[in-house]
Amino acid sequence: MSKMSDDKPKFLIKSGKRLDGRKPDEVRPMEMTVGVIPNADGSAMVVCGKTKVIAAVYGPRELHPRHQVLNHKARVRVKYNMLSFSVEDRKRPGPGRREVEISKVLSEALERVVLTDRFPMCAIDVFVTVIQADASTRVAGLNAASMALADAGVPMRDLVVSLSFGKSYDEKGAGHMVVDLEKEEDNWGMGDVAYAVAPALNEILLLQMDGDLTPEEFAKGRQMADEAAKAIYDMQKQALKAPYQEGSK
Amino acid sequence: MSEIAENRQLVVPGEVLAEGMDYLPGDGAYRNQKNILSSTLGLVEFKGRLVKVIPLNGKYMPKKDDPVIGIVKEVGYNKWTLDLNGPYDAFMLVGDASDRYIDTNRDKLASIFGVGDAVICQIKKIDENLAVFVTARGPGLRKLHEGRIIHVKAAKIPRIIGKSASMVKMIKEFTGTRMFVGQNGIIWVDGGDEALAVEAVRKIEAEAHVPGLTDRMKAFLSEKTGKTFEEIEASRPSETPSTGARGFQPPVREAREFRENAGPSGEDDLFQGESE
Repeated sequence: MSKMSDDKPKFLIKSGKRLDGRKPDEVRPMEMTVGVIPNADGSAMVVCGKTKVIAAVYGPRELHPRHQVLNHKARVRVKYNMLSFSVEDRKRPGPGRREVEISKVLSEALERVVLTDRFPMCAIDVFVTVIQADASTRVAGLNAASMALADAGVPMRDLVVSLSFGKSYDEKGAGHMVVDLEKEEDNWGMGDVAYAVAPALNEILLLQMDGDLTPEEFAKGRQMADEAAKAIYDMQKQALKAPYQEGSK
Repeated sequence: MSEIAENRQLVVPGEVLAEGMDYLPGDGAYRNQKNILSSTLGLVEFKGRLVKVIPLNGKYMPKKDDPVIGIVKEVGYNKWTLDLNGPYDAFMLVGDASDRYIDTNRDKLASIFGVGDAVICQIKKIDENLAVFVTARGPGLRKLHEGRIIHVKAAKIPRIIGKSASMVKMIKEFTGTRMFVGQNGIIWVDGGDEALAVEAVRKIEAEAHVPGLTDRMKAFLSEKTGKTFEEIEASRPSETPSTGARGFQPPVREAREFRENAGPSGEDDLFQGESE
């Protein structure tokens, strides 16, 4: 494993080719599996390049502590957690500012699609665990969480498809929009956005930006992300149906 | 104005099932403007104008009159709390526990149903606050004293029971066990080849969505027991018991014993005639 380097790369994209050889609108090779945790009511694993995330869903179940109970709907509680060995330098375990924030935004994104009014006074617990991090973990986690919820049979309006996009610089320092950032692009890029949509309903569920993008750049990036989202959506559908397809038990 | 999905097609949440106002969303589906969309991972079913999705997974949601098996979680002063294998617990009030009068000051409630006891009960009422009330008074409802309890996915229960209880009946006849399949995904098995009955249930749970389940189960049970389905059928008693709306009803016993002390009664399959 390479040591954490402080030297900034000369370029992140050169003549339409990124550091790992991808085209600007290309996502990393992805792998999606459901049912990876037998003890959970629903679970999924998403591997996106070197990023590897698992999500487990428990519930709907009784909500404790009782004072948090909502009388008209269920609470979707998300716990995002990065394992200590998921990054190069050991990550101090436990939730920090960043983990609490990500848990909150993921829970709000999922709450928009889950039919929470079907389970008053209940909790739907989602545990998102990053096993290996190489940027875009929150969007990979959200993809996994939406699949785990569907796998658990939780009624929801739509799946959640999410990915990141951002701005990389070339050897002359000019910006280029790219989708699905990997670590170098996330660390050194000129701006990055975490983006999630409900594809069938055409609603935005998550939108967080770090760095600077002009409105034009943002629009371009979003357009590229929407295009890439279609492939991710198809992959999610396929992964969810795979255990029930003919030939598999 | 048209069906987009096919009957028995596998869909995920958000997939368009039908277009136009001619269709109505049933369970597992919802309307989004002019379209009917799926809200569950499952198999599509068109029933006239109704479009529904049969779920492949999901927790048990209590429904009035469902026969269920509850596990006693807590014994209170005048009620028991039972775990129904779902998001909502059930309460059993003293009056619903036995045909005998229970004096809360003199009788120990824990001696009737203790923590951990499994009780075949029926959902009596679900009130506006979603509190579920069950009763153990009624034919076939009792505390379970022997045998084993297994938990399965509640979504698979209709397939485990089969059309007019044909599947449970088949398993019972092949294995010689007594079984009770609660709607909440808790199953009681006792006597005979229990292990084989459990294996059969697990097989149904895993393959419920694959067509031709009945024939496969028939073959599986024949192979394991060495008996053919025809032999089993021939050994059935020829006279058919009188059937009411509920299926077979035992003659009403006068001056009934304290039900929970009565022990095995063999009246365990009474409700299952009405399941899908």
